[in-house]
Amino acid sequence: MKTLYLLVPVAPLIGALLAGLFGKFIGRTLSHVVTIAGVAVAFVASMMIFQDVNAGHGFNGPVYTWMTSGHIKFEIGFLIDPLTALMILVVSFVSLMVHVYTIGYMHDDPGYKRFFSYISLFTFSMLMLVMSNNFLQLFFGWEAVGLMSYLLIGFWYTRESAIYASLKAFLVNRVGDFGFLLGIGLILAWFGSLDYATVFAQADGLSGQTVALLPGHEWSLLTVICVLLFVGAMGKSAQFPLHVWLPDSMEGPTPISALIHAATMVTAGIFMVARMSPLFELSDTALNFVMVIGAITALFMGFLGMVQNDIKRVVAYSTLSQLGYMTVALGASAYSVAIFHLMTHAFFKALLFLAAGSVIIAVHHNQDIRYMGGLRKYMPITWITSLIGSLALIGTPFLSGFYSKDSIIEAVAFSHLPGAGFAYFAVTLGVFVTGFYSFRMYFLVFHGKERFQQHHGHDMEHHAGGHNQGGMPHETPWVVTGPLLALAVPSLVIGYITIEPLLFGDYFGTSIYVSDRHPVIHELSHHFHGAFAMALQALVSLPFWLAAAGVGLAAFFYLKRQDIPAMLMRKFRWLYQILERKYGFDDFNDWFFAGGARLLGGGLWKQGDVMIIDGWMVNGAARLVNWFSRLIRPFQSGYIYHYAFAMLIGVFALITWFVRATQP
Amino acid sequence: MLGSTLSLVIWVPIVAGLLVLATGSDRQAALARWIALAGAALGLWVALPLYTGFDATTAAMQFQELKPWVPQFNIHYHLGVDGISMPLILLNSFITLLVVIAGWEVIQKKVAQYMAAFLIMSGLINGMFASLDAILFYLFFEAMLIPMYLVIGVWGGPNRVYAALKFFLYTLLGSLLLLVALIYLHFQSAGSFEILDFHRQPLALTAQVLVFIAFFSSFAVKVPMWPVHTWLPDAHVEAPTGGSVVLAAITLKIGAYGFLRFALPIAPDASHKLAGFVIALSLIAVVYIGLVALVQADMKKLIAYSSISHMGFVTLAFFMFDASARGSQLAIEGGLVQMISHGFVSGALFLCIGVMYDRLHSRQIKDYGGLVNVMPVFASFFMLFAMANSGLPATSGFVGEFMVILGAIKINFWYAAVAATTLIFGAAYTLWMYKRVVFGPVVNEAVKNMADLNKREFLFMTLLAVCVLALGLYPKPFTDPMHATVVQLVNHVAQGKLPQ
Repeated sequence: MKTLYLLVPVAPLIGALLAGLFGKFIGRTLSHVVTIAGVAVAFVASMMIFQDVNAGHGFNGPVYTWMTSGHIKFEIGFLIDPLTALMILVVSFVSLMVHVYTIGYMHDDPGYKRFFSYISLFTFSMLMLVMSNNFLQLFFGWEAVGLMSYLLIGFWYTRESAIYASLKAFLVNRVGDFGFLLGIGLILAWFGSLDYATVFAQADGLSGQTVALLPGHEWSLLTVICVLLFVGAMGKSAQFPLHVWLPDSMEGPTPISALIHAATMVTAGIFMVARMSPLFELSDTALNFVMVIGAITALFMGFLGMVQNDIKRVVAYSTLSQLGYMTVALGASAYSVAIFHLMTHAFFKALLFLAAGSVIIAVHHNQDIRYMGGLRKYMPITWITSLIGSLALIGTPFLSGFYSKDSIIEAVAFSHLPGAGFAYFAVTLGVFVTGFYSFRMYFLVFHGKERFQQHHGHDMEHHAGGHNQGGMPHETPWVVTGPLLALAVPSLVIGYITIEPLLFGDYFGTSIYVSDRHPVIHELSHHFHGAFAMALQALVSLPFWLAAAGVGLAAFFYLKRQDIPAMLMRKFRWLYQILERKYGFDDFNDWFFAGGARLLGGGLWKQGDVMIIDGWMVNGAARLVNWFSRLIRPFQSGYIYHYAFAMLIGVFALITWFVRATQP
Repeated sequence: MLGSTLSLVIWVPIVAGLLVLATGSDRQAALARWIALAGAALGLWVALPLYTGFDATTAAMQFQELKPWVPQFNIHYHLGVDGISMPLILLNSFITLLVVIAGWEVIQKKVAQYMAAFLIMSGLINGMFASLDAILFYLFFEAMLIPMYLVIGVWGGPNRVYAALKFFLYTLLGSLLLLVALIYLHFQSAGSFEILDFHRQPLALTAQVLVFIAFFSSFAVKVPMWPVHTWLPDAHVEAPTGGSVVLAAITLKIGAYGFLRFALPIAPDASHKLAGFVIALSLIAVVYIGLVALVQADMKKLIAYSSISHMGFVTLAFFMFDASARGSQLAIEGGLVQMISHGFVSGALFLCIGVMYDRLHSRQIKDYGGLVNVMPVFASFFMLFAMANSGLPATSGFVGEFMVILGAIKINFWYAAVAATTLIFGAAYTLWMYKRVVFGPVVNEAVKNMADLNKREFLFMTLLAVCVLALGLYPKPFTDPMHATVVQLVNHVAQGKLPQ
């Protein structure tokens, strides 16, 4: 059995190494064959594990001992439980789809083999992260996916914007990791172990423990730990105010936007908090913090999506907003709902990104939705699948996104945390915003006037191979549309099928712990009378009509009266500016953190090292010696009579002293 | 032969060095290179039994050799290693081999002298790590300055004389106090020069403080700790690549080793009393130097500052005590791992800069850009080492920092928090440099004509990459030999020397 577990991460790793190190020898085709085969093996193994876990078989044990020190043992090991099984299934499936899609999308790219190697290595890292049974390996995976994200955002390394974005992503994530590492450190310090099971078993006993990090302020230990861990999640899952890297990450090739920056890596933070539910459940303060941060992200990042014109950035802000929804669910103790939304979102958001990529190929690597329009005629599969994805995203009853998002909104309604009121407002209003920006993009791309002829030659997404410019858009090859169709199916039905076992059955069993003090899921289950009834009920609920209003408004603005949004933009210039500038976070960070660090570093160097230490102390000491020796140099004149004179004075002085000393 | 392993480890490189020197002028350069390579390889070969034959269960000195040397003054040729010194000797022997390979074609003038300097220095450094007699230690400690002084002064850059002199005087000043302290201890311990006797010698607190200050002023300069660090960037900038590699990978470790071998066990109570001071300097090194590294325009200076910042972790690790005056085993082992890892990583980074310098004869970041387009293989290696320098998990750079931070948090949350800022600063200065040098379009014709790694360069890059990854993925074989020694050290220091 253990071999099967090992196979899941190791198969993609082998593929990555073969394509990465020996790509030169095995060539293009074999490079994608080995990596796809590796991920396919992982997917099949994941399905087998999933079935096995459903049959009640789990696993928790070490693979090898990384290091020991004293009685602390650091291990690499696997925890196979329902939560892990679901995650590896989602990760390996989306990854497989993205691998296949890449054959078409990166067809002309000189970095073809490197790209396959990277995404397989990413898959390996992500699988290791979710399969971990301890904090060490979690951190390993955590940083490794960050590295792969860094390398893939900067994949087109000659583009200044791409390499800037990759550095930014890495550093912002490092800020999160800073908190995450301290959280892990506190866990080791207080629990004496990094093993999940050992830590969780002691959590209850330490729930009353306080620490005084600042003298005179006693804080609950678990609150401090959970907030620090969540800071890590804020980095990885791009929660306000560490969200700034995700929109820029769109500089990377579209397949990785789908895989890393929508479906899998950015959900690592959500997964982590769900995994740590036995800790978070013990701190209402931390949960409240989580919920408020999530609510801010869900609403305010949605607003930004409304004014974006880059097709990928619209989807990116939508991802930020949806990650906010998941975080809100975590804060409401509805961990299973968060994971449920994570899963449905992985399917429909990967679909939306891959469809966006398909559009980008069709219009010759232009990404500006103002220069698209009417594409449904030319690419029917992309059109239909995009529509499915968008409908799922805005929460259309019966589609997957509906079940997960509606559950989040209801869960928040049942939460009694102080931030729940604000969160409920944010996620409800967010539904309208989602409907608006999703269908603004949808209408601008697939309906209305054909505007793609106006914009040729602007090579937004650089391909060294170069596509033939001009020509009418046409449907993309099957390696692109195939994954779209394969992702469209779960986007349609997965919510309907799985809501009952995931949320109200006991699929997750003990892998997610919810305290009796936060009976949100329990309350939800009272109102749940089957997936079908839930969808019907929704037709008369507020969120549904908000979403519909959003879609309607988008249709009115962008199909009928294009002059109204243009007019609003002029009238509310200041508001538009705020949104356009993304509330000024990027400017502030560049000015304050990047600029400040450089200024401080330069000051310390010039004033501290060069002037004070070297100038005054080191060279000053040398000068002092110099000065002193110059002072006494005249005494060594070399003239005998000088020395004789000095000697006489000396003798005289000595005699004087001797005479005075011997006389009583 | 087991009885003389350590002697071989010391004298094989020195004899090889003398042989190389005997080849004389540059007409025999090829011969000099091959003898040097054979000598370095043999030096590493004879050092391997130290690991394979090491008994990890004991804290006692192993592979001991004891012969009278100057009987009038009770000075012995006494050698031995424990879990602290053994890895450092292996690291040194390994780095020497790399330096010989790295200098192969690069050094064209005074080849024999260059190679000989490194081989002799390698033997002297091994001798220093293996000495159990204080005078023997001091001799090696001072003698190794001479080859390094020559390496910088002869094969260095334009400002080499200033740098070499600064290096020499800076480090010599401190070590004079060390000699005074050793002689004082000699009289205190009834005429012994045995370091282990010094460990056992009871000392009053005032005496301990004075001895500690003497040790500290010597070793802090070597580490180097803030604010006595300014010789290092200058020395690095002027030193040839090989000199920088040995400086960063080995010489900096001598100071840290001195703390573990002398300061802590000989003056445990003073160490405990003055720990706050050392910790403050270490944390300043991590943050202040991290910020200074960010603004460097010269790559070698940048990595030099990064070294100081990373060594801050080592000194921090050694001087953290909990409420019952116990050091943290996890942190101290982390400090040791950090020393070894830093040996690999900083050595590798200086070699990377050397590879670029050999082609473009510039160390200025602004002269580069878009290297990945012309040197993809090099860029991959450089990326790995840059990531290791940023402390990425699965590379060696992570292990030590992780252990030190985890150890620190138990002592004081804020030590850990300040130290952990390296996660941000380290990544910022390393990757920002990497971005400007490697990524982007090719900036000029000169860069366009740069050739990718040749086979020789590929060889030493691969060797280092394997080490960096091995230590990162499976540090257990590296840390297991340390446990017994570190535990004993922690117990010894915790017990102290004052009447309870």
